[in-house]
Amino acid sequence: MKAKVYVTLKQGVLDPQGKAIHHSVELLGFENIQDIRQGKYFEIQLNGSLSKDEAEKLVTQIAKEVLSNPVIEDYKVEIEDL
Amino acid sequence: MKYGVIVFPGSNCDHDAYHVISKLVGQPVDFVWHKETDLSRYDAVILPGGFSYGDYLRAGALAKFSPVMKAVKAFADEGKFVLGICNGFQILCESGLLPGALIRNQNLNFICKHVRVRVENSNTPFTSEIPAGSILSIPIAHAEGNFICDEAVLTELEENNQIVFRYCDEKGEVTKEANPNGSVSNIAGICNRNRNVLGMMPHPERACEEILGSTDGREIFRSLTNTIERLKRDNR
Repeated sequence: MKAKVYVTLKQGVLDPQGKAIHHSVELLGFENIQDIRQGKYFEIQLNGSLSKDEAEKLVTQIAKEVLSNPVIEDYKVEIEDL
Repeated sequence: MKYGVIVFPGSNCDHDAYHVISKLVGQPVDFVWHKETDLSRYDAVILPGGFSYGDYLRAGALAKFSPVMKAVKAFADEGKFVLGICNGFQILCESGLLPGALIRNQNLNFICKHVRVRVENSNTPFTSEIPAGSILSIPIAHAEGNFICDEAVLTELEENNQIVFRYCDEKGEVTKEANPNGSVSNIAGICNRNRNVLGMMPHPERACEEILGSTDGREIFRSLTNTIERLKRDNR
């Protein structure tokens, strides 16, 4: 089983890296881009013996306690059956 | 009295802090490896600057799981003194010992230069020898020093006088131009409510000798040392 975790900056938290990327994208001539925000993506391989619910619980805990900083970031967990 | 300088894998200002305490402040000091779990022999610990765990994940994010951090929390809860400098400040925020977070500098650059900070509160163990309003020249060296917190936390920091240092110009004015990294309200250093934990982005240990361009940082170590000595005298 595989889990995917997306960690993104909370709405309202300034993202200077996203801004710089946005600026470059515009300089290159790409149009219709309103905003770019940078985040992090994690792939976590899990033992096959876990149920989907157990896996979700475990990975959510890891996302909350390790992968994200609740002051500035949100996270989203997806569990993928292979 | 004894100081401890905590050494995480990737700390690189630990020797500077040790040098200042041992040679310039003239107090006993140990290096404390991050696997240590007993801090009972120390009166104050310094979390030095550097790149603990290579800044992987987020600056300070992995150091908070080092065994010593449980001890640092208990140490702080006892009212003993914790000074986090640069990466040490980032670790204190990640650990929840101080509120807020430090994110990428607004201009995306790693900034290494002397800045001026105004002492906003001299009623802390770390600034007791420095009159409020004093302007200190201390260098910064960071890419993630942009202090951020929500409105509620900022109000709380202001109401409890927890903002200890603010970036300012040479006249002591707190201006947008004097803010090197985009920190909310020009914050350069804050303490906890009990005033025994201080985190600051500028490096006072790099401003303790004339040859380095400033001795202003020494006042912070002198304040803390005098505070500890006073407490020890009073307890006798």
